Amino acid sequence: MSTVTLPDPDRVVLARRNEVVKQLKKLAPQAVLIADLEGRRTFECDALAAYRRLPLAVVLPASTEEVSAILRFCYENHVKVVPRGAGTSLCGGATPLEDSIVLCLSRMNKVLEIDAANRVARVEAGSTNIAITQARPAKGFFYAPDPSSQVACTVGGNIATNSGGAHCLKYGVTVNNLLAVRMVMMDGEIVDLGGSYLDAPNYDFLPLITGSEGQLGVVTEASVRLLAAPKRAPVLIGFDSAQAAASCVAAIIASGIVPVAIEFMDRPAIHVCEHFVPAGYPLDAEAALIVEVEGSEDEIEYLLEKIEDIAQDYNPISARRSQSAEESALIWKGRKAAFGAIGQISDYMCMDGVIPLSALPAALEGVSLICRKYRFDVANIFHAGDGNLHPLILYDANDPGQLERVELCGAEILKLCVELGGCLTGEHGVGIEKRELMYEQFTDEDIDQQVRIKEELDPAWLLNPGKVFPILGRDALKLTIDLTRLDAGPDGAPPQGELVDEGAYIEGEETL
Amino acid sequence: MTAHMRLGFQAPETEEELSQLVVEAAEARTPLEIMGKGTKRELGHAVRAGAIVSTENMKGITLYEPTELVMVAKAGTPIAEIEAALAENDQELACEPVDIAPVLGYGPGDGTVGGLVATNISGSRRILKGAVRDHVLGIRAVNGRGEIIKSGGRVMKNVTGYDLARTLVGSWGTLAVMSEVALKVLPVQRESRTLVFFGLTDFAAVEALCLAMGTPYEVSGTLHLHAELAARVTDEELAGNGAAVTAIRVESFPASARYRTSRLREALLAYGPQLELDSDRSRVFWRDVQSLKMFQDVKYPLWRVSTVPSRAATLIGNLARKIDVRVAYDWSGGLVWIETPALADAAAVEIRRQLAEFGGHATLIRADSTIRNGTNVFQPLEPPHDALAAKLKHAFDPLGLFNPGRLYRDR
Ligand SMILES: Cc1cc2nc3c(=O)[nH]c(=O)nc-3n(C[C@@H](O)[C@H](O)[C@H](O)COP(=O)(O)OP(=O)(O)OC[C@H]3O[C@@H](n4cnc5c(N)ncnc54)[C@H](O)[C@@H]3O)c2cc1C
Ligand SMILES: Cc1cc2nc3c(=O)[nH]c(=O)nc-3n(C[C@H](O)[C@H](O)[C@H](O)COP(=O)(O)OP(=O)(O)OC[C@H]3O[C@@H](n4cnc5c(N)ncnc54)[C@H](O)[C@@H]3O)c2cc1C
Repeated sequence: MSTVTLPDPDRVVLARRNEVVKQLKKLAPQAVLIADLEGRRTFECDALAAYRRLPLAVVLPASTEEVSAILRFCYENHVKVVPRGAGTSLCGGATPLEDSIVLCLSRMNKVLEIDAANRVARVEAGSTNIAITQARPAKGFFYAPDPSSQVACTVGGNIATNSGGAHCLKYGVTVNNLLAVRMVMMDGEIVDLGGSYLDAPNYDFLPLITGSEGQLGVVTEASVRLLAAPKRAPVLIGFDSAQAAASCVAAIIASGIVPVAIEFMDRPAIHVCEHFVPAGYPLDAEAALIVEVEGSEDEIEYLLEKIEDIAQDYNPISARRSQSAEESALIWKGRKAAFGAIGQISDYMCMDGVIPLSALPAALEGVSLICRKYRFDVANIFHAGDGNLHPLILYDANDPGQLERVELCGAEILKLCVELGGCLTGEHGVGIEKRELMYEQFTDEDIDQQVRIKEELDPAWLLNPGKVFPILGRDALKLTIDLTRLDAGPDGAPPQGELVDEGAYIEGEETL
Repeated sequence: MTAHMRLGFQAPETEEELSQLVVEAAEARTPLEIMGKGTKRELGHAVRAGAIVSTENMKGITLYEPTELVMVAKAGTPIAEIEAALAENDQELACEPVDIAPVLGYGPGDGTVGGLVATNISGSRRILKGAVRDHVLGIRAVNGRGEIIKSGGRVMKNVTGYDLARTLVGSWGTLAVMSEVALKVLPVQRESRTLVFFGLTDFAAVEALCLAMGTPYEVSGTLHLHAELAARVTDEELAGNGAAVTAIRVESFPASARYRTSRLREALLAYGPQLELDSDRSRVFWRDVQSLKMFQDVKYPLWRVSTVPSRAATLIGNLARKIDVRVAYDWSGGLVWIETPALADAAAVEIRRQLAEFGGHATLIRADSTIRNGTNVFQPLEPPHDALAAKLKHAFDPLGLFNPGRLYRDR
């Protein structure tokens, strides 16, 4: 049992699976086509692994032209398309549908050009995030948005979810660092938006595409801003209460200093991470902050001193400045491995709500109360400087009933974030996970306006449908969406999101 | 105001009134000209409207949390009021929006925040801190159906649903009428220092500016002024030198700003002797740039061109072979202000021909109405892009009520 439903498949399309696969093979000869059961199973879910669906087929194209040919075919044949990068989405953004193909960009992973004079990198959408900064010609530069998943996640996925990361406090998230995209619309049309110059002529499509969760077009190339890499150093400050650490975050921002990063870890997170990567996190603290600044040695010294001064008002129990590049790297390694480390000890559901900074102490208190009410342990590790919470609710996926309970618990936390003046998601996206909570934050008119844009660009709802917009409260969606397609199993009961029955709807298991 | 009255001039005080007005206009199919204070009416094409709706009476700062770096204001709030409130807390609009009003013959100070967001004309600091659009956190607006919509919010990060807020930024009142905007604000840096080089060629200047941008010293201004333009700035030494001026700004706390300019001096020794402006002079100089002082007293056509920084000098070189131009390069060449002779098309054809090769876009900021009527003030779009723009317009304003003809004569 769970609370998220997935759309019922179109049986006509399911029945045509073999033909679809054959055509795709013909249209995109350079692409890798995965049609066998084993192969498709690798793609049946993203990092929201509680929800799985076997797609009709998985295509890994080699070029923008192939993406265009594939989309054109799907458009003409009413086949749904779920774009995918590395599948690290935590909200089910890349969850396949049974009557969809998965269009996975991971083979288009070249860094095409590093233009040092203009500080621009042009990459294929399947490049990993880290590949930009690591590209040899980019030495001395870095690409600022650094999601913890950066070794795996792709630039296309980052754009689709407007990803952030620890260092976005100073440099902004994906949308603030994106200069251009090449994108293929659902009908196969290739559009270039932006370039190695700033700002858009006429309407600015980059913020519309960024964060649109693969619903408006498939990004095949992007140009992003590179920045000159300064020296950085963090200080690790331990506190004897989460409230004190939270108040200290607000005080640092209020002081006018904008550090590159302020990361928050509570006691459970500190212990798990320290066990995973011994980085010297303060095991006796109830909460710790990693505050990082950058500049010359003197500048770093000056800023860290000011920050430690501010922290004094919140009775820190320890403060440790990193003394070397190695030590800094270790501190960050622990932080970036946090989700993985926690994943090794328990299943978890990662929330992504945002709150105004002054509400941080209240929010943490609320999260803890809500989790207690639902009888779950919680670990908090998040980008505190911009109020982006990540409570990881620990649960046991094998215990029937816990999934539903943990989802209710998560929903309550997100509602609290909205009540406190914030929003449902800061960087992970809505996907299938938070779809039905959209009305907590938006009115009918707000959602209708978004839906109208979707309908202009993809009138048949073929690109990643069933995500982002509520499909249950459908009376509210009075637009032209073909809701019968998106909702309701037999006798109108919403289908439940159980694990897919392997045998279901799969005809002709031949490998092509 | 009399012209306004004749057309029917409405200045609602609340979002609900605004929504009601649009509903009525939709029913009567009356196209509307949308404006704040109208200081930019002479930028762009004349709107074919049956009535004017101004947001100037929807004003007031509704939320300001200096400790959270957030300000929410109604769309008609005068920029002057916003600046004053921010100044009290040593904060500012970090994108340093350009004050176009004086070059259009208006006094400084009374543009509205709605107009600022609707036009997205960011200033010199954009290279470091981002554009107006990067500082917009949320928007409330009325769409072409008269519905009140919102997107984004007042928090720093938000990917809940499509980002309509930033999509509306720079849409020149053609998609929706904004009623309220939430902005990210930033602390004013205590020290502003500027390195100045004299007499560099355009090529050398752009090269030096691009080099400066490639250092980790957080350069927040990279400008090159032709000698004729340098002569029009306030600072007497800069104006009196008779040479082109190349300026590189650093803003930080005092010790840091001094350290950074010293490192930049070393890195740029090859570009000749340098003058260093202290905070007071530096601020006066960049305030001149923000209000386009160098283009205020003459009335030649003025273009704002966004292009690839490192190739800007070549672009201008090509142009200068055909027409007589005076140029200010900002954003290390990425933003070029071009003053042209009063040709019939203000050199639109030639400028855009060059841009087709170099990449970028051009907006005719100032020209008399006969020139504007015969020219595309805004960059014409390539067909696939243009088709997308038409769809976006239709999604927000299906009846085409808002500002018809303003951006493009046929839409
Ligand atoms: C320090 C500083 C000082 C500045 N000083 C000035 C100044 O003195 N004068 C000045 O003009 N600018 C100034 N600016 C720049 C900036 O404020 C804008 O240029 C100005 O706000 C334009 O406002 P307006 O109301 O006159 O725009 P208008 O000319 O009325 O409108 C410009 C465009 O925006 C659209 N628009 C206006 N309001 C809305 C709305 N609510 N919803 C949708 N579309 C809308 C209109 O349709 C039109 O296309 C300053 C900026 C800074 C940072
Ligand atoms: C351990 C871990 C840590 C994480 N840390 C962070 C973090 O710090 N910050 C953060 O923001 N996120 C984080 N995430 C979430 C996730 O990594 C990001 O959302 C990432 O951007 C997804 O990229 P991806 O390539 O894996 O995309 P996928 O998961 O494959 O897809 C994500 C969404 O993007 C769409 N999409 C993918 N490629 C394209 C394309 N080319 N064109 C159009 N649409 C496309 C998909 O349809 C889907 O909706 C984390 C995830 C994990 C598992």
